[in-house]
Amino acid sequence: MHEWALAEGVVQTADRIAGEQGLDEIVEVTVKIGELQQIEHEILEFALEQLRTPTMKNAKFTLESVPGKLKCRVCDEEWRFSPKDMDEDASEAIHFVPEVAHVYVRCPKCGSPDFQVLEGRGVILTSIRGVKKDD
Amino acid sequence: MTDPRLEIIGRRLEKVGNIIAVSSGKGGVGKSMVASALALSLKEKGHSVGLLDLDFTSPSTHVILGVEGLLPEEEYGIIPPLVHGLRYMSITFYSLDKPAPLRGADVSDAIIELLAITRWEELDYLIIDMPPGLGDATLDMIRLIDGIRFLVVTTPSRVAYETVRKLLTLLRRLNVPVVGVVENMVMKPSGYIKKQANEDDTAYLGAVDFDTELEETLGDVDRLSATMFYRSIQRLLPDIKGS
Repeated sequence: MHEWALAEGVVQTADRIAGEQGLDEIVEVTVKIGELQQIEHEILEFALEQLRTPTMKNAKFTLESVPGKLKCRVCDEEWRFSPKDMDEDASEAIHFVPEVAHVYVRCPKCGSPDFQVLEGRGVILTSIRGVKKDD
Repeated sequence: MTDPRLEIIGRRLEKVGNIIAVSSGKGGVGKSMVASALALSLKEKGHSVGLLDLDFTSPSTHVILGVEGLLPEEEYGIIPPLVHGLRYMSITFYSLDKPAPLRGADVSDAIIELLAITRWEELDYLIIDMPPGLGDATLDMIRLIDGIRFLVVTTPSRVAYETVRKLLTLLRRLNVPVVGVVENMVMKPSGYIKKQANEDDTAYLGAVDFDTELEETLGDVDRLSATMFYRSIQRLLPDIKGS
């Protein structure tokens, strides 16, 4: 369950930003989750619930899926990609280290492994919303 | 937009006593052999040791150590499996030893991912087998890992040392500690590398003679540890520990 490791990063980052911004309480944490990494939303959500710090004790965690979008650097082809339909070993490998997609995925038009992940790679903290007590 | 992985890298490594990047200016100087033998030697002396192969496009420590059919355990992150008593991590666990054609930004992303999710726990030493040169991996290690020290490998050739000099200059400018320079694959002692290292204010740790037996030991650490090469690497240990 390496979702826990990523959840730890989200919680610590949100806490640090809240401290820097002088927020006394975090109300909402929004996280974008790229499809390429196939994060289990339920596990990530559960991990976030378990790891929440006092600053975010009532915070809502909003998880948003971002479809994988790849672009070939050789022929400029753009395509949607999800590792769901791949064989299990490849799909699991991409789950741990999304960059190994370059080992298993080829451009559907020209067959090159030299592509760019435009959207939907992994876990990104997009925003936190909070309040200051003297607000 | 913030990358939450960056926040936890320090925490993943907080129980690691010493982090040593085995690096070089150019490829083919024997870094992976030195890194593997160094890790095994430290373990033999009773230390807890991890070995991280960070040469994502050309990993090779798995060949030296004979790693096959192993996978990290997944538990609140990933736990590097034990290989000959070393905690071991390599991208080959996920690339299944197929070619991984990665550009710089991808290398960087993969490094961050592995550092963020790998639970090394308590280690006396983490030895990192670096890709050569001043590219993404080197810059990321300097950026992301507090207290990292570099052990720089060269051959006796001026071609190799000229690239090493650039690496040493960069590390010095960025105040990154350098354990010293190891002169590997020596066939005819010359004193050239020692003189150059002295001029660059860098410790010359010693010469390791070219060992014709080494190729035969690939995948067999018992045979590796019986080589002249391995004994030469063991002689470096006081410098590694004492610096």
